[in-house]
Amino acid sequence: MSDTQRYQVLDRAPFNLASYLLRWESILVMLLAAVIIINTAISPYFLDIYNLSDATFNFSEKAIIALSMALLIITREIDLSVAANIAVCSLVMGLLSQMGFGTPILVIAGLAVGATAGAVNGALVTWFRLPSIVVTIGTMSLFRGIAQVVLGDQALTKYPSSLTSFGQGYIWPGIPIPNSFALFLVLACIFGFVLHRTVIGRQIFAIGHNPTAARFSGIKVEKIRFWLFVLIGTMAGLAAVLLTGRIGSTRPNIALGWELEIVTMVILGGISIAGGTGTILGLVLSVFILGLTIFGLSLVNIPGIEIAILIGLLLIISIAIPIITAKWRGRT
Amino acid sequence: LKVLFKNREVLLAFIVAAIVLAVGIRAPVFLTGESLVNVVTDTCFLFMLTLAQMAIILTRGIDLSVAANLALTGMAVALVSRAMPGVPLGFIILLAVVIGAALGSINGALVAFVGIPPIVVTLGTLAIFRGLIFLLAGGEWLTSKDMSAAFLSFPHANLVGIPSLIWIAALVIAAFWILYRHTQFGRGLYAIGGNPVAARYCGINIPRQQFIVYTIAGAVSGLCGYLWVARFGIAFVDNAQGYELTIIAACVIGGVSIAGGIGTVSGALLGALFLGVIVNALPVINVSPFWQMLISGFVILAAVIVNARSERPIGKLILASARKLERPT
Repeated sequence: MSDTQRYQVLDRAPFNLASYLLRWESILVMLLAAVIIINTAISPYFLDIYNLSDATFNFSEKAIIALSMALLIITREIDLSVAANIAVCSLVMGLLSQMGFGTPILVIAGLAVGATAGAVNGALVTWFRLPSIVVTIGTMSLFRGIAQVVLGDQALTKYPSSLTSFGQGYIWPGIPIPNSFALFLVLACIFGFVLHRTVIGRQIFAIGHNPTAARFSGIKVEKIRFWLFVLIGTMAGLAAVLLTGRIGSTRPNIALGWELEIVTMVILGGISIAGGTGTILGLVLSVFILGLTIFGLSLVNIPGIEIAILIGLLLIISIAIPIITAKWRGRT
Repeated sequence: LKVLFKNREVLLAFIVAAIVLAVGIRAPVFLTGESLVNVVTDTCFLFMLTLAQMAIILTRGIDLSVAANLALTGMAVALVSRAMPGVPLGFIILLAVVIGAALGSINGALVAFVGIPPIVVTLGTLAIFRGLIFLLAGGEWLTSKDMSAAFLSFPHANLVGIPSLIWIAALVIAAFWILYRHTQFGRGLYAIGGNPVAARYCGINIPRQQFIVYTIAGAVSGLCGYLWVARFGIAFVDNAQGYELTIIAACVIGGVSIAGGIGTVSGALLGALFLGVIVNALPVINVSPFWQMLISGFVILAAVIVNARSERPIGKLILASARKLERPT
């Protein structure tokens, strides 16, 4: 019997309800449902379309960066300099604005500075073959330092009104969808398509699973890593455009500490810090879970610092549970 | 002499000495004994925390929660001191070490026994510890008037003309030196970082080692927590915010490899001293303190590039293209 049986690799795993329900994304959907139900129960103001749309302002910019952070973490890299990068982009925009340049130039400058800063990270990581966590701690200090040296304790507040109305505005008068949130949704679709449906996406996963094997399969590992750093820099630039427009000022401590919040979003989204696994759907769900949790709890006047405890617990527990269940299953 | 300069500790020591002298020429007041003692005293926290962080990095881990642990423990002992002003100082210090170690052991248990990546665990506990400070104190700031005189005066007290902070740091440094150089446990840390599989086959209990390392780092953070609050006379939620990255930077400058298994006590100390000298020298030569971050960013990048060169394996590679792949991740 065994010598007549053909060695077969299935194109698709057989359907299995239990494994479907135990997928990370399914767990996140349940978690999101729980967050919405609990929040609706404790506050009558939660399920209000205008409140909810205002809530998205607080996480859309971070979520846009988180999308490209996900790709980077899947290839086993990380970028801790994104928040400092925002500060530099915002700084350059502020200086140009004071010279009297208009919104289009400011937007282009923001994106270009972000991409350049990303390219610096990428070059250090791929040319000098340095661990990205150390490089980006260094560039974080460097970028934030540039903003501090130039600004000192000053702030730049002179911005054209078209920039601020873009950052604070909605896609259409009367429709309560902010520009930044719409941008996030569009980008999420693009990132999801590229990661899950194109050759580049498969290559990104291959690098994360096994860089050596990926290299021997002809994938240009370092080139892809370099461009992912440029991409995340550009996204930081985009976030800087939105954030600068929204708050209408640039201080040296703008977006301070965002890098850790963004990494939390990505990890909670089921993207393994060891690389090679994760989905954009999971990330989008985790963005909503975190965003709505923070919004809901602040509606009932729980201070942000106490919400941090909850987020920290959520992060550790959500990572621990799959590991513990896997161990427990392996034992029986 | 060339060999001497190739040794990174010697090179780093020369650079630090050169900076001190250069600053001294610009502003002779920097070279007085009092000022130099002040620099070292200021850097004591960084000395202790860098050596503790080095133990974790040696095992291929990282601890982002040390500064939050420091702030939480500092707040806890400050509250105890306010509630019971008569408590003996020895008890306060012991309490700080125990609280710190307990917080560190949470990290240790999650990393070693559950198997969560260290960066995820400590990112989580960083947020939790900061939040707990707020809960514990109800958002209050404790200032020097809330603390007893004995509590406050200890770090400023002099023993044989040298501040007690330096004596404590010296004890901690000596303990770490013995640990790393002369104990089976310490050598085991290098083995785990160098090659975890080989370490396992040598009979090293990796989870146990990891657990102890995070607990030690917690204990040191706790001790520094008391000293920090007492020295600066304030305990609040954002105490030592972002200090974890300064500590890691000191490790990197000192030649501790983030990929694990490489690092010396003298290197780590010089890395910390380097940052300490820069922080203290800038105001003396009338450079705005805003430059500090920019400079340390440059130094970190320079240090990792130098590290990467010296860490390159000596063996010969057969495929030229494989060279690109051997980067530690």
